[in-house]
Amino acid sequence: MKQMLSREPFALLAFSLVILTMPIWLAPLGANYPDLLQKFTIYAIFAMGFNILFGLTGYLSFGHAAFLGIGSYAAVWSFKLFTMNVLPALFFGVAFSGLFALLIGFISLRRSGIYFSILTLAFAQMCYNLAYSVLTPITNGETGLQLTLQDPRIIDRALAEPGKGLPSTELFGLSMSGYSGFYFCAVVLIVCFFISRRIFYSPFGLTLRGIKSNQSRMNYTGFNTRPYTLTAFVISGMFAGLAGSLLAVTDPLAGAERMQWTASGEVVLMTILGGVGTLIGPMLGAWIIKYFENIFSAFNPETLQSFFSFLPEGLRTVAVDVSSLFVGEGWHLTLGVLFMLIVIFLPGGVMEGWRRITRRFGGGSGTKPASSPNAAVQPAE
Amino acid sequence: MSRLTMTRRGLLKAGAASGVALAAPMSFIRGAHAADFCNMPTGSSVTLGFNVPQTGAYADEGADELRAYKLAVKHLNGEGDGGMLNTFTSKALKGNGVLGKKVEYVTGDTQTKSDAARASAKRMIEKDGAIMITGGSSSGVAVAVQGLCQETGVIFMAGLTHSNDTTGKDKKRYGFRHFFNAYQSGLALGPILADQLGKERSAYHLTADYNWGWTQEESIKNTTEGLGWNTVNAVRTPLGAGDFSQYLTPVLNSGADVLILNHYGKDMVNSLTQAVQFGMRAKQVNGKDFEIVVPLFSRLMAQGAGENIKGILGTTNWNWSLQDAGSTAFVKSFGQEYGFPPSQAAQTCYVQTLLYADACERAGTFAPPQVIAALEGFEFDGMGNGKTLYRAADHQCMKDVLVVRGNENATSQFDLLEVVKIVPRDQVTYDPAIFGGDLGPADAKAC
Repeated sequence: MKQMLSREPFALLAFSLVILTMPIWLAPLGANYPDLLQKFTIYAIFAMGFNILFGLTGYLSFGHAAFLGIGSYAAVWSFKLFTMNVLPALFFGVAFSGLFALLIGFISLRRSGIYFSILTLAFAQMCYNLAYSVLTPITNGETGLQLTLQDPRIIDRALAEPGKGLPSTELFGLSMSGYSGFYFCAVVLIVCFFISRRIFYSPFGLTLRGIKSNQSRMNYTGFNTRPYTLTAFVISGMFAGLAGSLLAVTDPLAGAERMQWTASGEVVLMTILGGVGTLIGPMLGAWIIKYFENIFSAFNPETLQSFFSFLPEGLRTVAVDVSSLFVGEGWHLTLGVLFMLIVIFLPGGVMEGWRRITRRFGGGSGTKPASSPNAAVQPAE
Repeated sequence: MSRLTMTRRGLLKAGAASGVALAAPMSFIRGAHAADFCNMPTGSSVTLGFNVPQTGAYADEGADELRAYKLAVKHLNGEGDGGMLNTFTSKALKGNGVLGKKVEYVTGDTQTKSDAARASAKRMIEKDGAIMITGGSSSGVAVAVQGLCQETGVIFMAGLTHSNDTTGKDKKRYGFRHFFNAYQSGLALGPILADQLGKERSAYHLTADYNWGWTQEESIKNTTEGLGWNTVNAVRTPLGAGDFSQYLTPVLNSGADVLILNHYGKDMVNSLTQAVQFGMRAKQVNGKDFEIVVPLFSRLMAQGAGENIKGILGTTNWNWSLQDAGSTAFVKSFGQEYGFPPSQAAQTCYVQTLLYADACERAGTFAPPQVIAALEGFEFDGMGNGKTLYRAADHQCMKDVLVVRGNENATSQFDLLEVVKIVPRDQVTYDPAIFGGDLGPADAKAC
């Protein structure tokens, strides 16, 4: 099974199956509504892209949310100026975030380690503050950039008379809200998985891993590492921009809070939670965090009451009182506890847990975990 | 393990086949749920979505709004003493739920962020089947959620939102606002300011940097400049800044003798407290006492600001000390439930819930187009604000506005606002066309 999964067609097929059946297998978890499914796929792309930089080169960017925000703004402007079709929006989102990544990466990558992290954080906060107050005419500040009836939308207007009310985003007539929006994002995610898988197993990917394990040694062997790290940074920024423009595709609104440092920190959490340097770990991390954020935060004492209704009266009150600390507004607390447990007991994230389980139960298959392509690269720093 | 050979073409075929197979059930599911409009209630209950800030700068208001919503649900379901249902001029509601269906609710946290608020509203609409969304303690959030509700065909009853944009530039057919707006604050406050502070003043604005702050600054500026005041400067401050000292220092040297704080919630509490700590209120500038004006005021904020609020002028939508039948009934049942009087945010949210329920009852259906028609141009009384009209042109309620002042000799910890004047509805009515905007269509949408 494992050997089979490591071959490309099967890996892709299995991955596509899991993603496309999400509305079915997420139903028991109460997470099978379009908005959350869209978030699952979009943040999976974001984390996957981040992992190309952090997981492969070991460069920890603390400002990746800036590219998410830039992608969103570019996409919404494409909806406002040109057309409601999503393809130009995705193109502009990726192009602009790629451009910014090139600029920020060119400067930040002159340093490594903590200095690189601080530089990227500073750039991201700069972008956030620009979007929040300085560039209000472009970003509409705190209110967020939204579609209006007065938007030019030159291409749409040239082709057809605008209807009453605000138009919705579409892919050649197919509306991008609800389930169709999810399937669109899912297809994009599968393509991203394919690209990211190819990068992982390419000579380029191996070079990046080499940089992670010992950059000085790479330099001594005559390798100029900077173009490689810069390429990884730009690719990862473009993934983030793609995720950002998908956020705008499923909900045409861009707000500055998307670029805040908390959002940058979130993607680091996602990646570490799922497993740094693994192909699907970051995606799992993204799912866990988004699930907590959307489902756990919505629990209130009433839902807990009905959940614990099988307990006798006294016990039920205690159970509700204790557990209500960890749901609703307290969902951050649950996430924090989970994060601590994972970092302490499973430093390789959820993927390490998965490997330990398969090793215990699937042992004897002869595959040494070290030879598995998904094995975590030991951080050299 | 047997080796399975796989060609690229075979993979493509298999992928396409599985895609079709997966998509097929989706279309069946949608067909099965086909309804005349989004989230049509089919069982014995109807779900309302309460989307309020539980974290962030407006969390206090959000908590009070949620209390009011829960009370409204109780009253609609015939529990408790009925509150304003007894004084409301429309007698369509019977206390047996809405249209015979029991009212249930779901809650969400807007975090005072547009993104989070829309995600939360989407969850309520897509997962919990909410037929109406209400809440919001920020105009940025209200406008964002209102836009979403227009797209999905779910009615949005705005809670605490004071920006002109909500029922002006960004008005929507599916959005309704009971709360007053910044323009009306200006109309109400103008004559009082001229009377109390004189006509030769220089004002300095500190403004929360989002659509509410912008429109309030503009409205108050227009009013005061109309009185002959001079505007020295208007500075934008980020929402939830916490420390305003860097914005307050320049005020003292600017030559202004009035500071206008276009802040709300914790922002206003912080900026006012810091302004007073800077000794601004004890100062004399241009031979006049330095004054602070807070155009939008609430009792919760007064509670937070404590002593500093005394003598400060502002406007408010409603105050619990009002003595009309609706207000007393509401204060009584809210007090019995929670042990303290409600805030203006609580009142507007309570009234909005009742008005929506009443409109459904009068329309005889939950179908949004009919409910919208029932709300548009609806004239009512007995809800604490005197005779009120839900204006059809912009979905803004036209009603009296209170001009208040921080109470100098408070008799209790809640008796913090003294009503200076109840400005009658005629004086705060304006032409809906001045802000532009377009309500858009009312067509029902399936979701």
